[in-house]
Amino acid sequence: MIMHVCALLVVAAPAALVLNTGLSLLLGYRLSERSLALTTQSIVSLSAIAATILLAMMLMTDQVQYTLDLGRWVDLPVEHFHFSFTFLFDRLSIPFVILSLLLCGVISAFANRYLHRDEGYTRFFLFFVIFLLGMVVTSVAGTIETMFLGWELVGLSSALLVAFFHNRINPVANGLRVWTIYRFADGAFLFAALVLHHLTGGGDLNLMMGPKPWPENACIIEPSQALVVGLLLLVAAAGKSALVPFSGWLPRAMEGPTPSSAIFYGALSVHLGAYLLLRVGPMLEQSPALQWTIILLGGITALYAGLVGRVQTDVKSALAFASLLQVSIIVMEIGFGLRYLALIHIIGHASMRSLQMLRAPSLLRDHRRLEDNIGYSARIKQTSEPAFELTPLRTWRYRFAMERGYLDTILDEWIATPFLNIFRWFDGLERRLVKLLSVRDRRRAAMVASKTDEMESS
Amino acid sequence: MNTQLHLPWLELSIACPVVAAILCWRLKNENAARSIALISCLFTLVLTLGEWFDFKSLGAFSARDRSSIVFLVFGTEYFVIDELTAPLLSKVALLFGLTIAATMQSKAGRFSVVRTLLAEAIILAVLSCSSPMLLCLLLALSTILPWHEMRLRGHDTSVFSICMSLHLGLMVVGTMLLWLGHDRPLLSNIAASLLVLSAMFRAGIFPGHFWIVDLFEKCTFGTAILYVAPMTGAYFIMRLVFPVVPIWALHGIAVLSLLTALYAAAMALVQIEARRFFAYLFISQSSLVLAGLELANPIGMTGALCIWLEIGLSLGGLALTLRAAEARIGRISLEQYHGLFDQMPHLGSLFLFTGLASIGFPGGLSFVGMELLVEGTVEVYPLVGTIIVLATAINGVALLRAYFRIFTGSRHVATVSIAARPAERVVTITVSLLILAVGIWPSGAIRSRYHATESLLEHREGARTVTSTKEEAINVTQP
Repeated sequence: MIMHVCALLVVAAPAALVLNTGLSLLLGYRLSERSLALTTQSIVSLSAIAATILLAMMLMTDQVQYTLDLGRWVDLPVEHFHFSFTFLFDRLSIPFVILSLLLCGVISAFANRYLHRDEGYTRFFLFFVIFLLGMVVTSVAGTIETMFLGWELVGLSSALLVAFFHNRINPVANGLRVWTIYRFADGAFLFAALVLHHLTGGGDLNLMMGPKPWPENACIIEPSQALVVGLLLLVAAAGKSALVPFSGWLPRAMEGPTPSSAIFYGALSVHLGAYLLLRVGPMLEQSPALQWTIILLGGITALYAGLVGRVQTDVKSALAFASLLQVSIIVMEIGFGLRYLALIHIIGHASMRSLQMLRAPSLLRDHRRLEDNIGYSARIKQTSEPAFELTPLRTWRYRFAMERGYLDTILDEWIATPFLNIFRWFDGLERRLVKLLSVRDRRRAAMVASKTDEMESS
Repeated sequence: MNTQLHLPWLELSIACPVVAAILCWRLKNENAARSIALISCLFTLVLTLGEWFDFKSLGAFSARDRSSIVFLVFGTEYFVIDELTAPLLSKVALLFGLTIAATMQSKAGRFSVVRTLLAEAIILAVLSCSSPMLLCLLLALSTILPWHEMRLRGHDTSVFSICMSLHLGLMVVGTMLLWLGHDRPLLSNIAASLLVLSAMFRAGIFPGHFWIVDLFEKCTFGTAILYVAPMTGAYFIMRLVFPVVPIWALHGIAVLSLLTALYAAAMALVQIEARRFFAYLFISQSSLVLAGLELANPIGMTGALCIWLEIGLSLGGLALTLRAAEARIGRISLEQYHGLFDQMPHLGSLFLFTGLASIGFPGGLSFVGMELLVEGTVEVYPLVGTIIVLATAINGVALLRAYFRIFTGSRHVATVSIAARPAERVVTITVSLLILAVGIWPSGAIRSRYHATESLLEHREGARTVTSTKEEAINVTQP
C-alpha cells in the first residue's frame, strides 16, 4: 500500500502541478512569484521524497521491480488494442527519476531568483513543469506509448524554453530549429512504437523486453526485426541527444535562460536519448549490426564534439560540446552493453554539468575569487609568437570546427531548402492556376492598375 | 427503424436557427441581431445536447423524432440521429455559437448573422439527413451561402463554382444512377465511381482542394470556418459513398487522402499568409480523417472518427484565434514577425494549445486518435503508415512556425489595448476545457466512436452483401 501511494505520488504530483499552473493561466488568476515557486518546490520535493521512500522500501524488501498499474486509458478488447497507464519502477528508472527530480528542484530554486520580476516568470514555470512531467513520465513509463507521451512533452517544453526570450528573432528561430529536429525524431519514435506494438501484440515494455527485471531482461523479437526497430529508435535518440547529424541544435539551445540551458544540454534532456537506448538495451543486443551502428554513431559524435568544442569562445557553447562528448561516450557504452556503467555515467555527468551550467553566468567572478585566494593572476600570458606552425590540415580542422562540422549547412542546403523549394514551386503553380481561373479578379486588378496609371499621369 | 426520441429534438434544433434568422432579417440594430443569434445558438446547443442524451438513453443505433412534422407531412423519415452524428450535431451547434460570440462588433457589418444562422440550420439538417436525394439538395443549398458572400464582396467565384459544380453534378448523377441501377452492377459501379469523384471535390482531396484555399482568401474568416469545419464532405462519404463502394476503391481514396495530407502539410509549411496556412493545415488534417474512414477497418475508422470530433473543435478554436488576431491587425503575413503575445497572451496560448491538440499532441483526443489511425493504416498498408507520421511531423513544424511568426519575434506596439475581450476569453476557456476534458478522459469518446464504426461496418456489409447477391443472380441468369 505504501509503495503504491509513493509510486502514485511520483507521477501524480507533477501532473497536478502542470494542471494547476496551466489552469491558473487559462482562467486568468495570476499566481504570485512566491506561491508559484513554493508550489513547484513543494511538489518536486514531495515527488522526490516519494521516489526515495519507494527505493528504500524496494531495497529493504529485496524487490527489484515495482509496477504501478493505473488501468487502461483506452481499451478495445475485440481489436486487441489498449493504451495502458503503467509505470515501471526498477533499477534503471528509479535512479533516473530521482536524478530528474533533484536537478529540477535545484534548478527551480535557482530560476526563482534568476528570473525574479522577469515578465516571463510564470511562462517559464509553466514550460518548466511541463518539462518536469515529461521527464518523470518518460523515466518511469511502463509502456512504449506512455514513454512517447512524456517524450513529446519534453520536446515541446524544450523548444518553447529555447524561444523563451520571444521578443527577439534569434531565440525564436533557434526554438523552431530545435522543434523541427525533435518532431522528426518523435516521428521515428512513434513509428518504432507502432512496429513494436505489432510485433509483440502490445506496448508493454515488460512484454517486449521479457519478464526479467532490468538489466537481466532479454528481448523476444527476432534480430532482423530488432535491427529495424532499433534503427528507428536510434534516430529518435540521436535527435533528442543531439548526436551526429542532429548536433546543430545543441549550441543553439543556449538562447534560452541559464536555468533551462542547465536542464537541457547540461543535465536531463540531452541524456534522454541515451536513457531510451538503455531502456531498450536488450533489444539492441539482439542485433550485433545495430550495436556496431550505435558504437560508430557514438564514436563519430565524440570525435565531432571533441574537435568542435575546442574552438568555442563562449562558456555555454564550450559546456554544450563538452556535454555532447560525454553523452556520445555514454552511447558507446550502451553499444558495448555496459548498462550499469552508462547509468552511473549519466548520473555523474548530469550532476556535474548542471553545476557548471548554473555557475556559468558568474564564471568571471569565480575566477577572480580564485585569483584572490591564490594571490596571483592565473591568466595565460599572451605572446606574439604562434604556439604552433599553421599547416593546411590544421587550418582545415580549425575551419571545420568553427563551422561546427558544416552539419547545419548540410541539413539546410541538402534537405530543408530543396524540400521547401519544391513546395514553393507547387504553391506558385497553384496561385497561377487560381489566378488564371479568376477572370473577374483579373479584370478588377487591371481596372485598378489603369485607374492608378491615369491618376499618376494626371 | 421505429426507435423514436422522446421529443422532436432534431426538427426543433434545425428550426431554431431558421426562426432566429427570420427574426434578424429586417432588424437594423446589429447588436440586437447578434443577441438574438447568440440566444438561438444557445438554444440550438441545448437541443442538440438533449437529442444526444435522449438518443444515448435509448441505446439504439439510430432514432427519429417523436411527433415529427416532416414524417406527418411526407410520410418518410428524413431526419435521423445515429451513433455517428449524435456528437457531431452538438459540436456544430457549439462551433456556430462560439464563432458568433467571438465576432467583434467592428466586424458585425461584414459577418452576416442571418447567413450564419441559415448555414447552421442547413448543416444541422445535412448531418441529420438520411435520404440521399434530400442530402444532395441540402449539400447544394449549403454551397449557396458562401458563394453569395463572395459575390457580395466583389470577388471572383470561378474556382469555388467550378469545384462545387463538379461536386454537385457528379453527386446528383451518381445518386440517380445508383437509384436506377440497383439491379444492374455496371450502372452501380459507374454510380459509385461518380460518387467517389464527387466526394473528392467536396472533401478537398487533391486535386479538388483548390476551393478551400480560395474560400479562405475570399470569404470572411468566420464563414469559411463554419463552411469547412463541420466536414460535410466526410459525412457525405460516410452516408452515400461508404456503403456502396467496393473495398479496393475505398483503399484507393485512402491512399490519395494520405498523399493529400502530406502535400497539404508541406504546403502549410511554405505559406506566407496566415489564412492560406490555416487552409492547408485544415486540408491536411481532414485528409487524415478521410484516409482513416476509407480504410474500412475498425481501428483506423475509430481513430479517424476521434480525430474528426477533435479537429472540429481544435481547428475551430485555432481559426477563431487567428480571426481575433486579424480583427485587430488586419490580414496576417507570415513573412514577418508580429510579436502579439505580450498584447494578447490568452489568444497566443489558445493558438498553441488548439493547434497542438489538432495535430495529435498529448492533451487532446487526437493523441489517441492519431495512434489508432496509424495502427489501422499500418494494418492495411505497412509502409504507407509512415505518411501519417511524416504529415503530422510537418504540420507540427508549420504550426510552431506560424505561432512564432504571429505571436513572437518582436514586440507589437499598440496605442490601445488589443487584449482578448471577455467574450473571447469565454470562448478560449470553453474550447480549452472541452479539449482537455475529452483528452484526459478519452475512453468514453473512443468507445462511442468504436460503436459507431461497428455499426457503419455492419451497415456496409449488409449493403455490399445485397449488391453481391444481385451480381451473382445476374451472372447465373446470363449464360
